[in-house]
Amino acid sequence: MFLDLFYKLREHGVPVAVQEWMMLMRALALGQHGSGLSGFYHVARCCLVKSEVYFDTFDAVFASIYGGVEGELEVTEELMKWLEEPKDYEGMTDEQRAMLEELSRDELLQRYLETLAEQDARHDGGGRWIGTGGHSPFGHGGEHPTGIRVGGPGGGHSAMKTIEERKYRAYRTDETLDLRNTKVALKRLRQLTRLGNPEELDLDETIDETCRQGGEIDLVFRAQKRNNVRLLLLMDVGGSMDPFFRPVSRLLTAMHEERGLRDFRSFYFHNCPYENVYSEPQLYREYAVPTGDLLRRFDERWKLLVVGDAAMHPHELMSGYGNIDPRMETETAGIVWLQRLAAHFGRSAWVNPEPVKAWDNTRTNTLIRRVFPMYELTVDGIEEAVAALIGARKAA
Amino acid sequence: MSDESGFQRFKGTEGYIASPPLIDAVNCAIALERPLLIKGEPGTGKTLLALHVAEGLGMPMESWYIKSTSKAAEGLYLYDTIQRLNDARFGEGDVQDIRRYIKYGPLGRVFAAEKRHVLLIDEVDKADVEFPNDLLRELDEMRFTVMETREEVAAKERPLVIITSNNEKELPDAFLRRCVFHFIDFPEPDLMREIVDVHHKNLDATLLDQVLIKFYWLRGQRELRKKPSTSELIDWISALLRSGMSAQQVEAHLPFVGTLLKNEQDTEALGQFDESDSQMPTSWSDLGPRYQQ
Repeated sequence: MFLDLFYKLREHGVPVAVQEWMMLMRALALGQHGSGLSGFYHVARCCLVKSEVYFDTFDAVFASIYGGVEGELEVTEELMKWLEEPKDYEGMTDEQRAMLEELSRDELLQRYLETLAEQDARHDGGGRWIGTGGHSPFGHGGEHPTGIRVGGPGGGHSAMKTIEERKYRAYRTDETLDLRNTKVALKRLRQLTRLGNPEELDLDETIDETCRQGGEIDLVFRAQKRNNVRLLLLMDVGGSMDPFFRPVSRLLTAMHEERGLRDFRSFYFHNCPYENVYSEPQLYREYAVPTGDLLRRFDERWKLLVVGDAAMHPHELMSGYGNIDPRMETETAGIVWLQRLAAHFGRSAWVNPEPVKAWDNTRTNTLIRRVFPMYELTVDGIEEAVAALIGARKAA
Repeated sequence: MSDESGFQRFKGTEGYIASPPLIDAVNCAIALERPLLIKGEPGTGKTLLALHVAEGLGMPMESWYIKSTSKAAEGLYLYDTIQRLNDARFGEGDVQDIRRYIKYGPLGRVFAAEKRHVLLIDEVDKADVEFPNDLLRELDEMRFTVMETREEVAAKERPLVIITSNNEKELPDAFLRRCVFHFIDFPEPDLMREIVDVHHKNLDATLLDQVLIKFYWLRGQRELRKKPSTSELIDWISALLRSGMSAQQVEAHLPFVGTLLKNEQDTEALGQFDESDSQMPTSWSDLGPRYQQ
């Protein structure tokens, strides 16, 4: 039952490592969980989960293993009626609270079933029967440290069951992409190198040099560390990209505001880059820049990021004269241009605003994924793309 | 403050209301001798926690406030070369003794101390992305070597390290794996009453009710760029009390709104709301089912 939690968390994408699992085992061995399930829940969460982003998944997994109490219980209509229209309850005195023993889930369940068998009428307030208000462990609107809530809102602080409410849902990052998140993701796009004029005092060298000069102070300067990343952005505009206007424009804003880059240039294309790309998102002929020029002007030290949905008619990608704009048709197929770009730039990545599950629906997407590593346009996806651009090279 | 098993246990203090999960996390960190990483909305008392853990456990505290220019090595020690250079030039003091020019940082001081300390590393996310990684070994083994003198500083008593983060940067996985983690939720009204009570004893109940209704209503407004936090609520109540406002006065409008809203657009948005003749909520039921009592 314990190990289930570990593997299920991993299965659901919560990054739990053995180290963290051992940490939880030690905490349990030291008795940190106390006697109740909620104590175990707290300890397990603080040891295993290291970001509120995963709290929601953790709650769901935890509930699926240790929860499900409601599913096993018979909640009759009559019982639900007793629980309607909660009665106000004044709260417990300290003595009452001290008298309530902390029950384990199994004991609690046992008691619940016994009480249910004995109970034959509505109860409000009081400390024993299933009803509203009061401090019985069962029912709703009352307070009891580890009680089972039966429908209706909780009164005091959480019973174990509130775990199933999934209140951390809003913190999941795979679903949201706001400007700030994007910026944080892009912050990783940096490689520090000493660049430019020597302006910073190099203390160690100064001391060494001063010693060599027999105490005569000799100041030594060095260049400051700066980000050495040059980023070239190619962006698909128009047509099937229109529905993604908002997330894509947020990405673009974040990139333009990312001052840390050594150099940043963006060009645009429609569906697939061919002989020309465009310096403005309005693809007028006067903005056209030959793609061959791009390959000459930007050397392999630049990192290439393509943003597009990779969805088009296969003919547009695979055949010569495939350009959707008949005036611009030429012999070379789009895929060839993509291969040239990917081969020219040492590091490249493709970010796709379509959700991953839709990728296999378009044939061109599958083909392009053979040329570029592709990532989803989510915070997590951008982070992965950034890692592909500057991180350690992974074996294909 | 210790139970049968001999561990010191934190239970919250008079001046700090901690939720059960937070107390469990603190005690976990104490028992496991792991750093405790605290995240949460601004103003939920992340920094204060360290202060009160120290108070509650009767341990001395050392703070290290991180800036964007902070380097991991500064926390351990600084070798004051300039002073040494200066002394060498003007012939003051014993320049041969390098130890005189080694100044311990917060981490170094805590390691060297005789007594077990609480060490607060505040807003760790402000520093460079690599900063936490540079501290991994020191936090794991609680020891480091002063390169210049080859002396090793090892913690006599492993300090309780409390690290806060505002989520400005992602922290590295290797660092996270070593920490006990807790996310401070924004307090629900009931917990908030307790918190307010700590700061403003015996506040008039109807005034408190009105204040909290307005506060949670404001926080629920989607247009706000910056939601008011607990510390702003406390300030607001102080302002109301000092000017002697009554519950009725708070019912109709929001006096001293500047203590709650710190953003020009937010204040404007509220101004537009005032002009629009809409009613501000005056009872908990106006706030919707979430706050039904």
